[in-house]
Amino acid sequence: MIYPAVDLSLPVAFAVAFFLLVGAALALIGAIGFLRLPSFYERLHAPALGTSWGIGGIMLASMIYFTAASSRLVIHEILIGIFVTFTTPITFMLLARAALHRDRTARSHGVPRKYPIGPEERPREDDEPQAS
Amino acid sequence: MSAVIIYTAVAIAQFMLVVAMAIAAIRMFRGPRAQDRIIGLDTIYINAMLLLVTFGIGTGRVIYFEAALVIGLLGFVSTVALAKFLMRGEVIE
Repeated sequence: MIYPAVDLSLPVAFAVAFFLLVGAALALIGAIGFLRLPSFYERLHAPALGTSWGIGGIMLASMIYFTAASSRLVIHEILIGIFVTFTTPITFMLLARAALHRDRTARSHGVPRKYPIGPEERPREDDEPQAS
Repeated sequence: MSAVIIYTAVAIAQFMLVVAMAIAAIRMFRGPRAQDRIIGLDTIYINAMLLLVTFGIGTGRVIYFEAALVIGLLGFVSTVALAKFLMRGEVIE
């Protein structure tokens, strides 16, 4: 089933073009930030620009286009939007925890300690009460 | 007129998304550690998904939506598996 773009009205075409360009520009800005930010924990934030409103803008453009071109309500793109909105925090949190774990085992600088107190006050294993 | 507007916007959006994929690929090949490469892969598949939806708008076919959905599902699973591998050294324990 092909829905050509020739029989759309001008406001609909402008709305589709606007949301497409907003989404693609946000994805591009996220990628540029991902290339330019200095440390890993800062780089982690940049692609979320593309996965939040990059996805949102392009899915809105697709929904508007197919709703207007097929003259019925087409909103199945919202599936991708909901799915990506739910899964992006999960993947980034898992990756950040994995990177923190790797940095702690590699003992690199600039990584927060696992215990907020100093290392000499850290609870030891033999301080635990004995099980009777 | 409306077709010209939509096709121009689709072409510009495709160019931006391809540049974003290229930048993410640069970071993926250059990335200092493994987690940078994994986030580069994550960005690449998100942008590929957006590119497929944009192709769908440009050609007026609904079939590209399903390919985009499959890319989203499989990309999430692969990124979670790679993060688990980085964390524990094994995917399924």
